[in-house]
Amino acid sequence: MPVSLEQDRRVWQRYDRATVLKRWAWWIVATIVVLGCWQIISGATRWEFVADAPQQLAQLVVRAFPPRWDYMSELWKPLWDTVNIATLGTLVGLIIAFPVAFLAARNTTPHPVIRIIALLIIVVSRSVNSLIWALMLVALIGPGLLAGIIAIGLRSIGFLGKLFYEAIEETSIEPIEAIASTGASRFQVLTYAYLPQVLPAFTGVTVFRWDINIRESTVLGLVGAGGLGIALNSSINSLQWDRAGMIFVVIFVMVLISEWISARVRKAII
Amino acid sequence: MSIKAPSTRGWRPPPLISDPRLRWLIIIGVVVYLYFALSSVNINVERLIRGLDRGSRMFAGFLQPDFTTRWRDIQAGLIESLTMTVVSTVIGIIISIPIGFGAARNMAPMPIYLFCRGLITISRTFQEVIIAIVFVVMFGFGPLAGVLTLSFATIGFLAKLLAEDIEEIDAAQVEATRTTGASWLQTVTYGVLPQVSPRLVGLSIYRFDINLRESAIVGVVGAGGIGATLQTAFTRYDFDIASAILIIIIVLVMITELISSYIRRRLQ
Repeated sequence: MPVSLEQDRRVWQRYDRATVLKRWAWWIVATIVVLGCWQIISGATRWEFVADAPQQLAQLVVRAFPPRWDYMSELWKPLWDTVNIATLGTLVGLIIAFPVAFLAARNTTPHPVIRIIALLIIVVSRSVNSLIWALMLVALIGPGLLAGIIAIGLRSIGFLGKLFYEAIEETSIEPIEAIASTGASRFQVLTYAYLPQVLPAFTGVTVFRWDINIRESTVLGLVGAGGLGIALNSSINSLQWDRAGMIFVVIFVMVLISEWISARVRKAII
Repeated sequence: MSIKAPSTRGWRPPPLISDPRLRWLIIIGVVVYLYFALSSVNINVERLIRGLDRGSRMFAGFLQPDFTTRWRDIQAGLIESLTMTVVSTVIGIIISIPIGFGAARNMAPMPIYLFCRGLITISRTFQEVIIAIVFVVMFGFGPLAGVLTLSFATIGFLAKLLAEDIEEIDAAQVEATRTTGASWLQTVTYGVLPQVSPRLVGLSIYRFDINLRESAIVGVVGAGGIGATLQTAFTRYDFDIASAILIIIIVLVMITELISSYIRRRLQ
């Protein structure tokens, strides 16, 4: 701790002079970077459109409220589709992520090279947003539910795989050695020693991802991959904000319910 | 008296759900659901076969990404995405701190608490793209709508975790600061902030990663960034350009993830 002498009094300071200067330098560099970035954003903005934002918002609210409640009768089918995209997509992700996680975990991987390939699958899947996967799949296999399901599945592999393999790497070694010492085969060690230890974590993570997927699947329709997003897109394109408002209400309620379910299930497991 | 052979005594591991009635109810429910859900997915086989052909073209595109043809568009989109990420993360952090304090039950009076919690819930419920749609209507097309979208999403994420952190702080330190005669602001800066700031920094860096990933998609609805270029490439079936953009996104995300995990490890 640096202590300086000021008029024969000892003054305590948290940092010495060099550290203080270094900290200031970092703050200045960071501020310059942020301001530079803001310059670029500001240069690409039409400020006259920003000026009337309050009026736009007021118009939006007036047009969207009250939401058209009777539009609900047409929303049940997209709502069901959205839930299915999220649930079946999570299932697809789960089926693929399960083996990938065991190949990626340091203690269960058959070979270091295979481990790197598995980690690569996880990283690529995680870096690409489900909406981008959906863009790609709609171009590939055409618009519809299937593209949405696969998009959600592909994005879920990385999330589930990462948290799964971390759970596998945290398993305790004693039960595994105990089972292995009875002469169990590799497969038996997996099912009787590893699985019981990781199954609760796997279930919790999967339910958590399902909850996220419900949220993500609401927008996949914007690029044609089915669900509520298609209804939202057509309502906005035809400027029927009262319908869009109804869809916002539906999404809000659906997400709250799914969050409640996922919290309940995770609490029951832990 | 006959003795049963020990081989008939089988052992099974205990099931995950111990109540057999609940277990069977869940199994039957899942089967019934899967039947109805799968039957509502109509698969167009003919379209899928055509897709396979495109798939091979896409795969070829991935092996030979085309960085040059649309490099100007890609470069502009990338710079926009990166700057959006930086600005929105900073704005998000600055706003999250007061909101996080407001949403902590032990710091704020009831009306402020409810207001902040409400804001966090709205931000967390709606996917970024939906928020972007509203902001594009309000502020016009362009990166500003994207910045505001990502800032808003950042608030929902950071403020919630910060509030939970503040609710769990050690009250003794706060009390000790207060007994010295510190004002409310001094209590917060010397009694509360030091307890939560290491985790806040870590979470902010993590959120930077997320914002970079999200900045690649808000362009789909016109809120700036690389998303619009990517969508154009896909709708024109320019798979070599699309793959170039995807490769750039993946590499960027990987680099920032490496840097952020390095910083977070040094902070701990």
